This record gives sequence, structure tokens and C-alpha cells, in this order.
Amino acid sequence: MMTLVRTLLAWIADHWDAIIDRYNALPVVSKVAISTTIALFFFALPILRPPIITTNQIDFGGVMFLVAITALIAVGLNIVIGYAGLLDLGYVGFYAVGAYTTGVLTSHHGSWPFWLVLPVAIAITMISGVLLGTPTLRVRGDYLAIVTLGFGEIIRISAKNIEWLGASAGIKDIPPPNSFGPAATPPFDPGGFFTIPHLEWDGFVPGISETRETAVLIFGVRDAIPYYWLALLALILVLIGDRLIKSSRIGRAWEATREDEDAAELMGVPTFKYKLMAFSLGAAIGGLAGAFKASSQGGFISPESFPLLLSILFVAAVIVGGSGNRWGVIVGASLVAYLPERFRGFEDYRYLVFGLALMLLAIWRPEGLLPPRRARRAKAVEAEIEALQGSDVEAVKDRG
Amino acid sequence: MAEQKAILEVDDVTIRFGGLTALDQVSFDIREGEILGLIGPNGAGKTTCFNVMTGVYQATSGQVRFDGRPLANLKRHKITKLGIARTFQNIRLFKSMTVLENVMVGADAHSKVSFFEALFRLPRHRHTEAESLARAEYLLELVGITARHDELAANLSYGDQRRLEIARAMATGPKLLCLDEPAAGFNPAEKQRLMELIRRVRDEGYTVLLIEHDMRLVMGVTDRIVVLEFGKKIAEGAPAEIRDNPAVIAAYLGVDEEDAS
Repeated sequence: MMTLVRTLLAWIADHWDAIIDRYNALPVVSKVAISTTIALFFFALPILRPPIITTNQIDFGGVMFLVAITALIAVGLNIVIGYAGLLDLGYVGFYAVGAYTTGVLTSHHGSWPFWLVLPVAIAITMISGVLLGTPTLRVRGDYLAIVTLGFGEIIRISAKNIEWLGASAGIKDIPPPNSFGPAATPPFDPGGFFTIPHLEWDGFVPGISETRETAVLIFGVRDAIPYYWLALLALILVLIGDRLIKSSRIGRAWEATREDEDAAELMGVPTFKYKLMAFSLGAAIGGLAGAFKASSQGGFISPESFPLLLSILFVAAVIVGGSGNRWGVIVGASLVAYLPERFRGFEDYRYLVFGLALMLLAIWRPEGLLPPRRARRAKAVEAEIEALQGSDVEAVKDRG
Repeated sequence: MAEQKAILEVDDVTIRFGGLTALDQVSFDIREGEILGLIGPNGAGKTTCFNVMTGVYQATSGQVRFDGRPLANLKRHKITKLGIARTFQNIRLFKSMTVLENVMVGADAHSKVSFFEALFRLPRHRHTEAESLARAEYLLELVGITARHDELAANLSYGDQRRLEIARAMATGPKLLCLDEPAAGFNPAEKQRLMELIRRVRDEGYTVLLIEHDMRLVMGVTDRIVVLEFGKKIAEGAPAEIRDNPAVIAAYLGVDEEDAS
């Protein structure tokens, strides 16, 4: 079983480049068609409720929402760690800044609508990224990790001690995003423009559920799916931006800085500026995820929602998935967010299993499940050289 | 040769690291369009001299002027934008980027494309990108590694890595190209090809500063030579003059100063 999984993973990683290349070679129409189909599939996932992957102990829509914001976070952190090579261990701090900004402005000290708060939360998180980055990005490597680690904790402890931010009690009753369409009139009319019934599976036979349905587009307390759609839409937009920026001079400058900061500087790259840009962009995406988290079902955040452990999990998502590859880190984030929820049946052992799974991955695939092309190519050449050296040794032996 | 304008003036530069004087009141000019050789035994201060010019070190006293403008306190990437580019003695490529990307990073040095222009693919982004690409491809052709443009820099052979370093430095559009021991580790045939390349680079209109160990290469390719020993300039002149200069011979062959003079 293990070997099978391992071989499968290796096969996917080995053929990933070919798949991407083939996709890129397609005409624009086909590309749009394929991307749209894939996107639609993911939008529909919590409605399709496919067997095996659907979580039964806990609301599947809620799990998918969690997966989507974790993926958003991983894509943001990937810019910082994967592209610019800055090890940020305090990323949860930005997540918290985004969430608290939303909480404060929509419920605690104001009653702004969510859609107005969203850009403000992103902007404030971005500014906090610039403020933290300006002094700290002058230090390199391990030191940066320590400083950012401290930042994450400072944010949490400040939130815990500042009365204005709700102290330990946190902020509750954060309103959800404003709905679209007619409002719900309980107990029978779910509101919205129309409703989509969910699928129900009897073994592997699909049927239409009579009890579960999603109203489009009502952000309520009963159904997490609209929240998931919102987060997924944000993820798609961020991914498009990520791709455009990565394949421009900015992406090149990040990579050059990661590879050799001094050489990059001497080739005319203002490395500090680009590091700060990566850091604050990453922060802004973390803040975006935080805003979704704050206004999700339940609408409650407290300092304990942003523990240090979460920072480590985010970094784990990026590393396990393949730091530097945007699809890889999404896979990593999905695993990190999904596995503990899927295996709720194992009670507290699920974290043990999860930890073991991470360890095994680290041993089998230290470069990540889906590493960036550069890592794979470097590895391929290494293997080639090793093979050549091996054959040399053999040849010498034969002669001897 | 007619007296040409000095593009870079090293004026009485001294550098001390604690008690060690790495450069001691060194002065020389680099003239526009020439190939100047900077030679000297190991530890003579050649690379230190290089590092002052490219802003890696600050001079303890004295001044380096480029196009009449003092370089002190300028950020390193600003110096590159002014028009000084360099290669590294111990190759420092962006290893896990492709050959083409390495050169593109250099070509980006003068790009003014902003974040939003790149994000929304505005016309300036598209023009600049196309120009950089054309420039990078031209330079790869010039140094002769076009065939490998899609390879990771780390996977190139040693000689090709040195060529790529030259292409990357040239991509920044320098007026002065500084090559730090570009022939280190080359066999005679490769050195021959490198000499041809350096001449071609000069013919393209670049001024070249060449730090080199190999006397034959330096004598064969340079217009003038400056000789350093123990951080001091001991000679300056045309290759033929340097070859017969007793102080230089002494420095290289290790004869005592008294015997040589």
C-alpha cells in the first residue's frame, strides 16, 4: 500500500512537467475550457459530495472552506518562502491582523459591510508587512526566521492583552459577508436567487438529496458552501496574479535574490525592495485569508485562534507540497487542512497519524510532493551523474 | 593610440581591514574603449580593487570616480545601473534558474516596469520583456551558449558557466565590464577562445577591465596593464613595457627588490 502511494506520487511529480507543457501548448480556447472545467469541478465539490473524500463526522462544506483558506495562505506564504527564499515563521501574525481588522471594523467597533472591510483588511495587513519587513529583512536566513517567529507571538499576545481588541475573550458575532439575493425567511424559505440540491451517495450510486441544499448566494449560519465559494474565488484570482507576477521581471528578481543575494544586487536587482515586496504581498494574502476566517460561520475569533502551531502548519504545508510550486503548495495545504478533519474518527490519535504522515513525507520526498521544475531538473541531473559515476566504477572493476 | 577619455578613475585609494592594508594609495585610470589588465601575484589586492569599484567595499581613503561621478556611498545596484558590471572569480550564477533567465535578470537592470504594469500586462511590460529577451538571446549567441539557453545554470559545464557569467554581466548594459579571472581553470584552447571573446566584447563598444593570472592571456589581449603587488601599484603601461619591467619580473619571479633594481 505504502509503496503504491509512493510510486503514484513519484509518477505524478515526474509527469507534472509534461502535463503542464502540454497544457501550455494548447490553443487558448482549449486552455480556457480546461481551466473552467477544473474550476467548476472544485466549485461543485461540496455539492457533489463524492464518496470516500467526503467527511461524514463534520460538515464537508466547512472542511472545504478550511481547505480553501489554508490553500490561500499557502499560496501567499509560497511567495515569501518559495519565491523570495525568506523563511517566515510568523505568518499566522498576518492572518491574525487580517482577521482582527475585519472583526474590529464589522462588529467590535464599527458596523462596516464586509465587502468594504475586505480591501481595508488587505491594505492594513500589507502595511503591517511593510512595517515588520523594513527593519527585519535586513537580517538574513535563520535570524529572519527567529524575528518573524517573535512577530507571530507578539501579535497573539498583544491581542490577548489589549482590551480594545477584546482581550482573551476575543471578538464574537462578526457578521458574515453580505448575501446576494432575497433574504432568508425562516423556517422554510432559505432565500437567495435559487437553491442547488446536493448529491447523496448510496455506496457509489448517486442520488439527489432531499434535505441538503445550498441557497445562492446566502451567507448564513447553516451552510458553509457559499463561504467556500468565496474563498475559492479569491484563491483563483490570487493564483492568476501569482502566475502573472512570477513570470515577469519581479518573479525573476525574487528568484535571483533567493539564489544569491549579493550577486543579484551586483546585477542591478534592488534586493531589499524586492524582498519587502514579496514579504508584504505574502502578508496581504494572509490578511485576505484572515478576513474570510473572521467572517466565516460562527463569526468568532480570539487570540487562541492564532497559535504559533498554525504558523508551523502553514510552513509545513508549503514545504510538504513543494516550496516554489504554486500547485504543490495547494496540495500541501489541502493535506494539512483536510487530513485531520477526515480522520476525526480516530479522535486524538489523528494528530499522531498526521504527524507520522508528515514525517514519512519528509523522508520520502524532502523536496515536497510537487516541487518546482528547477528542483526536479537539478535532481534529474544529479541522478544522471550518479548513474554515470556508477557505470565508471563498474567499468573500472571490469577492467580490473 | 590617441589619448581617450577616462571612464573610471581610481584616485589614491587606500583600504584597510583592521591592521591589514589591502590597497595602499593606488591610482590608475581606465580609458574608454580599452582593455585594461590588472595583474599581480596572489594577494596583491586585485579583487579588493574590483570590490571597491563595484561598491562591495568602501575605500578607507581616496576616491573612485565613474564618468566623473564619485562612487562612494552609492548602493551596489545603483552602481550597476550607472554602468559597471562584473563577473565573479568563484562563479556565482543563479544556479537553479535557467541560462536564459540568468541573463534576463541582468537585462532587467534598466527595466522600469512596475508591479502593476507586470500584473496587468500593460504595454511597457510587453515591450520591455520582448527587448530583454532579444537582448539576452543576442548575448547568449555572442558568448556561444545559445544551444543551452533552457538548461539550468547549475547544469552547465564549468567553461559555459564562465561564459554565462560574462553574458549576464553584459546584459546589464554596462559601459565598463569587469572580468575577475575569467580564465581560471581553463585549458589553453579555452583560453584562446576566451581571448577572442574578450576582443569581440570590446569591439561591441564595451570597456573591459580584466583581472587575470595568466600572463600570456593578459599580454595577448590587453591594451594596457596595471600591476599590483602587496596592495601597491608597481607598474603601468603597454604589455611590451610591462613584460620588460624589472619590478614586475621581480614580483612574479620572487626576486628580492634589491637584486632587481
